[in-house]
Amino acid sequence: MSKELIRLVNCQMAFDDEIVLDDINLYFNDKEFLTLLGPSGCGKTTTLRIIGGFLKPTNGDVLFDGERINDVPPHKRKVNTVFQKYALFPHLDVYENVAFGLRIAKLSEDEIDERVTDMLEIVSLKGFENRKVSQLSGGQQQRVAIARALVNRPKVLLLDEPLGALDLRLRKDMQNELKRIQQAMGITFIYVTHDQEEALSMSDTVVVMDKGRIQQIGTPEDIYNEPKNAFVADFIGESNILDGVMLEDRLVKFFGRKFKCVDAGFEKNEPVDVVIRPEDIDIVPPDDGHLCGTVTSVTFKGVHYDTIVDFKGFKWLIQTTDFHEVGSYIGIRLEPEDIHIMHKSEYSGMFGDYSSYSAEYDEMDDPELYLEGEPDEAEDSAEGGEDEE
Amino acid sequence: MKRFNKIFTVVVLFFLYIPMIVLAVASFNSGMDIAVFKGFTFDNYSELFRDSVLLPLLLNSVIVAVLSSFIATVLGSAAAIGIHSMGPRLRRFTMGVTNIPLTNPEIVTGVSLALLFAFVGTMMKINNILGFMTLLIAHITFNLPYVILSVMPKLQQMDPHLEEAAMDLGCTPVQAFFKVVIHEITPGIVSGALMAFTMSLDDFVISYFVYGPKFVTLPVEIYNYTKKPLQPKIYALFTLLFAAILLVMVLMNLLQVRDMKRNRENRRAFRRKQVNV
Ligand SMILES: Nc1ncnc2c1ncn2[C@@H]1O[C@H](COP(=O)(O)OP(=O)(O)OP(=O)(O)O)[C@@H](O)[C@H]1O
Ligand SMILES: [Mg+2]
Repeated sequence: MSKELIRLVNCQMAFDDEIVLDDINLYFNDKEFLTLLGPSGCGKTTTLRIIGGFLKPTNGDVLFDGERINDVPPHKRKVNTVFQKYALFPHLDVYENVAFGLRIAKLSEDEIDERVTDMLEIVSLKGFENRKVSQLSGGQQQRVAIARALVNRPKVLLLDEPLGALDLRLRKDMQNELKRIQQAMGITFIYVTHDQEEALSMSDTVVVMDKGRIQQIGTPEDIYNEPKNAFVADFIGESNILDGVMLEDRLVKFFGRKFKCVDAGFEKNEPVDVVIRPEDIDIVPPDDGHLCGTVTSVTFKGVHYDTIVDFKGFKWLIQTTDFHEVGSYIGIRLEPEDIHIMHKSEYSGMFGDYSSYSAEYDEMDDPELYLEGEPDEAEDSAEGGEDEE
Repeated sequence: MKRFNKIFTVVVLFFLYIPMIVLAVASFNSGMDIAVFKGFTFDNYSELFRDSVLLPLLLNSVIVAVLSSFIATVLGSAAAIGIHSMGPRLRRFTMGVTNIPLTNPEIVTGVSLALLFAFVGTMMKINNILGFMTLLIAHITFNLPYVILSVMPKLQQMDPHLEEAAMDLGCTPVQAFFKVVIHEITPGIVSGALMAFTMSLDDFVISYFVYGPKFVTLPVEIYNYTKKPLQPKIYALFTLLFAAILLVMVLMNLLQVRDMKRNRENRRAFRRKQVNV
């Protein structure tokens, strides 16, 4: 694989004794598209600012090409940033905004002109050279911000929620555009977002963060299919999370029933969290089902129906293309590969129960909203779920 | 009610400006008696411009005003930037300390400065320390808070990430200031400088305590004149002075209006953008 470019070693960041980043260990490979994903306030921007040189970690080291750069100021780092709110220079026009870094580097007028013109073409802003930045649309400003950073040919580009202000349509276009630029120019992208869909569709590697700590690092497929704990399972997509006991390798018991699964490597009779994705569940007639329950609510979502089914007081979310009436009694079948087993963690019991289901759950992408309503009922198990490397 | 408001406004303006109008009319009067308008003349003005005492004094005033407002603007802007980068608690404290001299009675400021200069003069064994330098220092002192107060809001309105963006693109902190930050706070610097200039140009109270016989400014000299009967050329001088300051004030207001309009346009453009995207 490609070589390592940046590494954070045991990085900790505290503001006035409040620890906002704790023990971050992370490396970034050359030409990689890495995304930091997490809810608001989890420390994503802080991590970027440490890499950009605007903050010094209170503890730990930042390495660039193996060299410690904790004390290197931002203007000497081979890193450029696209800021969360663009931060374009209002007194300069589009051309001069993009040319800014090159003029500081004292390049010749010819070279500046060539590079700026090329760059404006890449971000499809040809003809906008003499516009004032205040006269651009949000999407155009955003592209100027990207051009202004990329024209310096940095080794690493830091992007802090660059698409946050755009509407869905423009967002999708820009996602493709960014991915294309990243591949064409062969630059490492460190991308911050709290939109899980964006993270999954664009990244080579996703880093899921919460409360200043890294919860999981992996490819988008890994993160989705093999979440490490209840937080990741819930934050990435929808999940039904149940208490279970691992009887032996590939055999788990929950809801008073034994199920075959594909996971192994747990201790005998270890309490575990069982994740079942709503789209993996098959609805069958009650007689054929492993479990039977009553439909309590159905919401049409376009491609599928969100069906909430009550199993002995525990409500599951099931996504199917078939319609099942409220009140009907149904069965479900679970195949071994539909079941994912996780170690217990501090997040166990906080997520994955749809008892308080509302049709607007999509908007509630901030898990802290869930947390606030529930007092600390997390039963801390002896071993956290993070000992699995 | 509306009618009453209008009338009231006119009355207030009338009382505010009537003295100036009387003065201006008097400056064009060919007779000696203020009460009787004998005829229109520029004689008082031509006499003023031939005067070998008043004109140099006016020049003195302008020199002090230009120098003190310039130095106060540089120092005050630097101070504002320093204060801006402080932590919130220290910043509030420093701003409080900066504001106190503004409300301090001028006469107190004048006396304390005079005492300070006398003290320094004795320490350094200088007999006549009062002169151009003490006057200049005094003017810089009372001008500083005005500059700080007009630069501070601009710094606070500025997007804090602009400076970081400049450094991100390779600027040293100093370059970031001169290439980006200064453009954002220029309106504040200009209005601070103009305000300092007008404050300095017409200051009498503080100047009276710290001037020396070798360097007299116009307001101080005119104070001496008022003890004798006033000559009509003084009316002409006052009228010109008033016109000059009026011009500066109008200029300042125009700048502010332009600045506000620009902000509003940007905001409107921004809102339009949010609707469009
Ligand atoms: N300069 C600062 N002083 C004190 N606390 C800070 C400072 N900057 C950030 N924090 C705190 O650090 C935590 C993490 O902030 P950060 O900006 O990194 O979050 P984020 O993940 O980028 O969130 P968002 O998605 O909302 O941008 C927050 O609790 C925030 O209040
Ligand atoms: Mg952020």
